Amino acid sequence: MQSSPHSSVPTSSVKALPVICFLYLSFHVCTERQFYEENKPFTCLDGSRTIPFDRVNDDYCDCRDGSDEPGTAACPNGSFHCTNAGFRPTFIPSSRINDGICDCCDTTDEYNSGAKCENTCKELGQKEHEVLQKMAEITKEGFLLKQQLIQEAKNRQQEKQSKLTELQNNKKELEEKVEALRTVKETAEQPEKEAKELHLKAWEEQKAIIRAEKDKAKMAEAFLELDDDADGFVAVAELQTHAELDTDADGTVSETEAQGLLGGVDHVDTASFEKVWDNIKDKYVSEPVEPAPVDTPPEESNKLADNDSEQYPSDDDVQEEEEEDEEEDDYPEEDFDKVRKLNITMYVSYSQSYIVLCRYIYKLCPFNRVSQKPKYGGSETNLGTWGTWAGPEDNKYLLMKYEHGTGCWQGPNRSTTVKLTCGKETTVMSTSEPSRCEYLMEFTTPAVCQEPEAVISSLHGHDEF
Amino acid sequence: MVPLLVALLFLCLGAEAVDRSNFKTCEQSSFCKRQRELKPGQSPYRALLDTLELSDSRITLQLINDNNKVRLLLELYRLHGNMTRVKINELKPLKPRYEVPDVLITDPPTEPMTLVAQDENGLVLSLGVDEQRVIVSARPFRLDIVEGPTVLLSLNSRGLLTFEHLRLRKDTKHDADAEDGGGSENAEQAEDEDEQAVKEEEDKPGMWEETFKTHSDSKPNGPSSISLDFSFPGVDHVYGIPEHADTLKLRNTDGGDPYRLYNLDVFQYELHNLMALYGAVPVIISHNTERTMGIFWLNAAETWVDISSSTAGKTVFGKMMDFVQGSSEVPQTDVRWISESGIIDVFVLLGPTPNDVFAQYASLTGTQAFPSLSTLGYHQCRWNYNDKEDVKTVDEGFDKHDIPCDFIWLDIEHTDGKRYFTWDPHKFAQPKEMLQGLMDKKRKMVAIVDPHIKVDSGYNINNEIRSKSFYVKTKDGADYEGWCWPGNSGYPDFTNPEMRAWWASKFAYDQYEGSMENLFIWNDMNEPSVFNGPEVTMHKDALHGSWEHRDVHNIYGLYVQKATSEGLIQRSGGVERPFVLTRAFFAGSQRYGAVWTGDNAAEWGHLKISIPMCLSLGLVGISFCGADVGGFFKHPSTELLVRWYQAGAYQPFFRAHAHLDTPRREPWLFGPDNTALIREAVRQRYALLPFWYQLFYNAYRTGQPVMRALWVEYPKEPATFVIEDEYLLGKDLLVHPVTDEGAKGVTAYLPGKGEIWYDVHTFQKHKGAQNLYIPVTMSSIPVFQRGGSIISRKNRVRRSSTCMENDPYTLYVALSPQGTAEGEIYIDDFHTFNFEKEKQFIHRHLHFSDNTLSSNNLAPDSNFSTAAWIEKVIIMGATQPTSISLIAADGTKSAVEFEFDSAASVLTLRKPGVNAGADWTVLLQ
Repeated sequence: MQSSPHSSVPTSSVKALPVICFLYLSFHVCTERQFYEENKPFTCLDGSRTIPFDRVNDDYCDCRDGSDEPGTAACPNGSFHCTNAGFRPTFIPSSRINDGICDCCDTTDEYNSGAKCENTCKELGQKEHEVLQKMAEITKEGFLLKQQLIQEAKNRQQEKQSKLTELQNNKKELEEKVEALRTVKETAEQPEKEAKELHLKAWEEQKAIIRAEKDKAKMAEAFLELDDDADGFVAVAELQTHAELDTDADGTVSETEAQGLLGGVDHVDTASFEKVWDNIKDKYVSEPVEPAPVDTPPEESNKLADNDSEQYPSDDDVQEEEEEDEEEDDYPEEDFDKVRKLNITMYVSYSQSYIVLCRYIYKLCPFNRVSQKPKYGGSETNLGTWGTWAGPEDNKYLLMKYEHGTGCWQGPNRSTTVKLTCGKETTVMSTSEPSRCEYLMEFTTPAVCQEPEAVISSLHGHDEF
Repeated sequence: MVPLLVALLFLCLGAEAVDRSNFKTCEQSSFCKRQRELKPGQSPYRALLDTLELSDSRITLQLINDNNKVRLLLELYRLHGNMTRVKINELKPLKPRYEVPDVLITDPPTEPMTLVAQDENGLVLSLGVDEQRVIVSARPFRLDIVEGPTVLLSLNSRGLLTFEHLRLRKDTKHDADAEDGGGSENAEQAEDEDEQAVKEEEDKPGMWEETFKTHSDSKPNGPSSISLDFSFPGVDHVYGIPEHADTLKLRNTDGGDPYRLYNLDVFQYELHNLMALYGAVPVIISHNTERTMGIFWLNAAETWVDISSSTAGKTVFGKMMDFVQGSSEVPQTDVRWISESGIIDVFVLLGPTPNDVFAQYASLTGTQAFPSLSTLGYHQCRWNYNDKEDVKTVDEGFDKHDIPCDFIWLDIEHTDGKRYFTWDPHKFAQPKEMLQGLMDKKRKMVAIVDPHIKVDSGYNINNEIRSKSFYVKTKDGADYEGWCWPGNSGYPDFTNPEMRAWWASKFAYDQYEGSMENLFIWNDMNEPSVFNGPEVTMHKDALHGSWEHRDVHNIYGLYVQKATSEGLIQRSGGVERPFVLTRAFFAGSQRYGAVWTGDNAAEWGHLKISIPMCLSLGLVGISFCGADVGGFFKHPSTELLVRWYQAGAYQPFFRAHAHLDTPRREPWLFGPDNTALIREAVRQRYALLPFWYQLFYNAYRTGQPVMRALWVEYPKEPATFVIEDEYLLGKDLLVHPVTDEGAKGVTAYLPGKGEIWYDVHTFQKHKGAQNLYIPVTMSSIPVFQRGGSIISRKNRVRRSSTCMENDPYTLYVALSPQGTAEGEIYIDDFHTFNFEKEKQFIHRHLHFSDNTLSSNNLAPDSNFSTAAWIEKVIIMGATQPTSISLIAADGTKSAVEFEFDSAASVLTLRKPGVNAGADWTVLLQ
C-alpha cells in the first residue's frame, strides 16, 4: 500500500485514501480536497443532502450523485481521480477502485485489494513522449513531403495555366490588333486622344489605391518581421539586425541610427510604425514574395511588376506563406478545394498501393477502387469503388469510403473504409474485415500530415507533467 | 477466406429459410409410418402370468404377441423416491438390443414390491406408499398405476405396444437355418405355438432398406422399432420433450406429424412446428391441479411422440352436449412414444408435486453442473472475432463503455484451417498473449472445438485418432467420412470410453497448445452435423463399435460434451469447474455444462420463443439455457437488439452471438442512448449475480429449474398453465420481458391469490392473482419480487464478475402480507470444486418475522470465510420503526441507522456492516 499525504481522512473500512479529488459533471477539474473540508458536514455536490464528514469515503454511498465516495467503489456513478504524476492525470469509474486490476499508473486505485501494482507513470510518460516525438518527426517530414507534392502539383498546374494564359494572351493580342486597326479605321483622331487621357487618369488613381494597400500590407508584414520577440513593438535592437537600413553607409545599423529611424524612441507600436515605415520602406529588405497578381491594363503591367520585384525577390519561405494564404483566403469553398488538393497530391504521389496478407493481395487505387486478389492466381474481387470522404465532422478527410463492390453471398455489397494517417511513405499498412464484406484499410500518406506545430504543441502540453 | 467459406457454406446452407424437404416427415421415416398405421384397439400382447418371478428388487413376466408368438420380457421395478421403472425387451433377441448406457448416474436403488392379489386376469402389486398399486392385466396386456381409487397412469391402454423383433432377412433365412442347426432363437421360443403365424408376418416397405433423397440406409438388422402408449386420466397439460421451437404446453398431434426427437443441424429453423432440432430429452411431464408426473423414455434412437387429448379431440357437437348437460367426462391426455431401435425402458415419475418430479428425474440423470460464477456473467461472441487485435479492441470496448463482460468467444475461424485445438498462425499467432491480456482484466475466453476432425495427414489429431482406430466406421468398416467446416472430416466415436479418455487428455495445457486456465470450450455441430449426410447428419448404418449410429444417434452430442468437460476438469487436476457449451444434448446433458438454442434469427418471434424453449429445457433438468442474444442469422433492428439484451439478462445463459454475414453489433455500436440501455440491462444482470449463483446452487442440489414456468410454483392455479411470455427465476422473481416491437405496455399475470409482488425498480406493490398492465418505455424490464422473499444483490457492478467477489451485499427484503420473508445466500470461492470436496462454502438462511431479520447457518459443517459484508438492507412493505439494533454473533449490540420512505413503505438500513458469513440479527423497534 502506498503512503499518502492525504491519508488523514477518517475512514472506517477504507484505510488510506491517496487522493481526494472528484469529478463533478464533466469538468476536468481536479480540485483536491476543495469540496471536502475536514470535520465539517459535507453537502453532496448535487445539493441533495448533507452528511457528517465521517461519512465521506466511509465505503457507503450516501449521495445520489456519488460525491461522498470519491475514493471508494461504493457509489455506482462515482469517479476516481488518478494523479499519475509523471504521466497524465485521469478519471476512472469508481467501480475500478480495488477491483484487483491496476488502472492508474500511480497504483492509487488499488489501495486495498491485494493487487500488486507497480507505479508505471514514469515509463508511460517517457514512452508517450517518445511516441509523440516520433509522431512529430513523422509529421514534420510528412508535412514537408506534402508541401513538395503540393508544389509539384502546383507547378504542373501553373505550367499548364501559363501555357493557357500565353495562348489566351496571344489570341487577345491578335484580337486587339484587329480591333485597333478597325478602330483606327473607323474613328477620327480627336475623340481617341480624349478618351485615352481620361482612361489613364482613372488608372493612375486606381493604381495609387492599390499601391497604398500593398504598402500597408508590406508595412504590417515588415512590422511583424521586425518584431522579433513578438511583443507588439519594434525596438532598436530589432531594427539593428537589418543592415540594409544603414543610413551612414558604414554597413551596420548603429543604435543611434536605429533610434533615428524610429523617430528618436526605443521602440514603436504598430500605429507609430507607419511613420518609421516611410523612412525605411525603400531600403527595407524582407524575405521577398512573388508579386501578387494585380489586374492592370496591359500597358501598365510591366512597370508594376518591376517595381514589386525590386522589393520582394523570390524566396521559398515566403512561398510557403503564400500557400497558407491561398488555402485560407483564395479558396472560400474550403471543402471542395481541400479535396482537390488532396486528390492532386495523391495522384502525384503514387498511382496505387497494395498489401499482401495471407492468401490475398489487397490493392488500393485512391479515388478509384479497392480490390482483392488471391495471391496464387484467381480473379480480382472489387471491394468498393470511390464513394465519399467519411471522416468525423471536424476532419472528414481522415476516412475514405469505397462502396458498391462485388456483392457478397447472403450479404451486402462489399465496401471498404480507408483510414488515412500521416506518414512519410504512401502505403497501405493493413487490411482487415471487421464485419463480413466490410473491409478496413489503414493507409499512410504525407498528404494528410498536418502542420507540425499542432503536434509539437500537444507534445509540450504533456511535458508539463 | 471469403471464396473458400462461400464454397463451403454453399454446400450445406443453400437456402434462405429452413428447407423442410431436407428433413423427414413421419411418413418418410419408414418405422414411424409403420407404427403410426397401427391404430388404437385391442393389443395383441398377453401377459403370461405363470412366468411371474418376484424378487426383492423387481418382478419379471413374459409377454407374448398372439399374432407372431414372439415373447417379450417385462421387468418392473419399484424405485426409491416414488418411481416405477418398466423395461420391455425381447425375451431372446436374435442379437442384443441397445440399452442406453451412461445416462443414469447410478443403477437406481430399488424398493421391494409386494404381490397383493393375483388371479387369472392379472395381478396387483403394492408400491408401498399411499395405497399405490400397479395392476397388471393379462389379456390384453396392460399396466395401470393407481392410487386408491384413482388411476394415475395407464400403459398400453390403447393397445399400441409394438415390438418389432429382430429377424433374419427372408431371402437369407433359409441359408441361415441350413448352416445353423439351432435356427432362429425367436422361432425356437415360439416352437410350442403356431409356427405358421410367425411366417405369415409380411415384410413391409422400408424394413430392410430405406432411401431418403439421395441417401440410402442399408438396415442390415431389419426392422427394430418399438412403441408404447401412455394415458393420463384427468390431465390436459403436458410439457417437455425438448428441443422444439414451439409452445411450452405440448400440442395435440392428431392430424399432423408427431413431435420428433432426432438431433439435427437445422439451418434457419422455423418457429411453431414440431420438427426435430439440435437436442433431445425424451421426458414428458404431465400436470393438473392435483398432481404432476413424468415419463422418461430412455432411448437414444430416432423417436417420435404423438400426443392426443380426448377433450381437444371432441367434436363440436360433443362439446355442445357437455355445455348443455355438464361434462361428466374427465379430460385425458394420451402419449405415444415410437423409437426406431433399442428397448422400452421407461421411468414413471409419480410426483406428486413438480419439485418431486424434478427430484425424481435428478436422482436418475443427475443435476445441473454447478457453474463457476463468471459463466453466469455476460458472454460476447461473434462468428468471428478476426484476430488477436480484434479481441483486444472488443475487450477494451467493454471498459471504454463501462459494460461488464466476463467472456469473449472465438468461433471456428480462430483455428488453423478448421483444425480444432490449433490456432490460425497469422490471426492468432500468440494465443497465450491474448489470453493473458484477458486474464489481466479478470476476463476469460471460450474457443470452439467441434467433433468433426479434418482428414489431413499433416494434422496430428487426425493421425492419432486414425491410428487408434477411434473414428466412427462405415457399415463396411472403413473410417466414416463426411463434409463439415474443414471439408472432408472424420467423426471420433465418442461412445467409446477409450476415445473419450483420449479426447479429454487433449485439453491438458501441454497438449492443447496456446491454451491457458482462462480458456474454456464450446462444442458445436455435435448432433453430429454432416453437411452431405442424410438430414445433414450421420448415416444410420455407420458403426460405433458393434452398435449402429441408429441406436446411439441422440446421445452422441452428450458424449462429446461429457468428454470435453472431463478434459477441462482433468487439466486442472480436478480442481477447477469446467465450462462447456453444447448445441446437441440428451437426457443427462445437464451434468456437463450449458446449452443454447442453436442458430436462431434476429426476429421478434425468435426472441419470444426463447422463453418457452428454455422453460421446456428447465423442466427436464437442463437449467443452463440461453438463446443467442440479438439472433444469430440476420441483422436485428436496434430496438430488437436492446429488447433482446433486456430479456437475455434475465435468462440463465447470457451470450450475444452473430453470424459471419451480419454487420458488427457489439453493444456500443448503436449510439450512446442504446449503449446506455444495454449497459443498464447488463448491469442488472451483474447486480443479481448472487441470486443467480444461489439459484444454480439450488439446481445443482435439487434438480429444480433455475428458470421456471409459473405453474411449477403455482400448480393449483390453472391460469398459469399455459403462460410462456413470463417466468419465474427460482420462486421469487417474476420476469416479463418486453418481446414486441414498438410495445407501449405489457400485461403480466401476477400469480398467487393473497400474494404481493413488488416492482423491483419502483418497489410498488401489486396484488397476486391478477393481470397487471405495465406501461413500458425502451428502458423497461418488468420484473417483480414476491412478497415473502429475500434476494441478495451486489450493487457495485464492476467490469467482470471476478472483480466483484469480495464486494458487499444488499439484501432486498420483500415482506409478505403477514410481514414475513425468507431467502438464502450462498458463497464459495466461485470457481473450484472445493465447495463439494472440502465443504468450503457458506450457505445461510435469511429470515424475517416479528420485526426481526436474522441470518442462520444452513450448513454448520461447512467451512469458508468471505470478505464480503452486508452494506445495506432494503425492506419493502415495512412500517416505520423507532430504532433498529444489530446483534452480532458475539452478542454485541449496536444501533443501525435507517431511512424510511413512508410513501413507498420502504425501510433502508444503512451499513449494518456485518460479515456475510456471520450469524447476526437485526431488531426493528
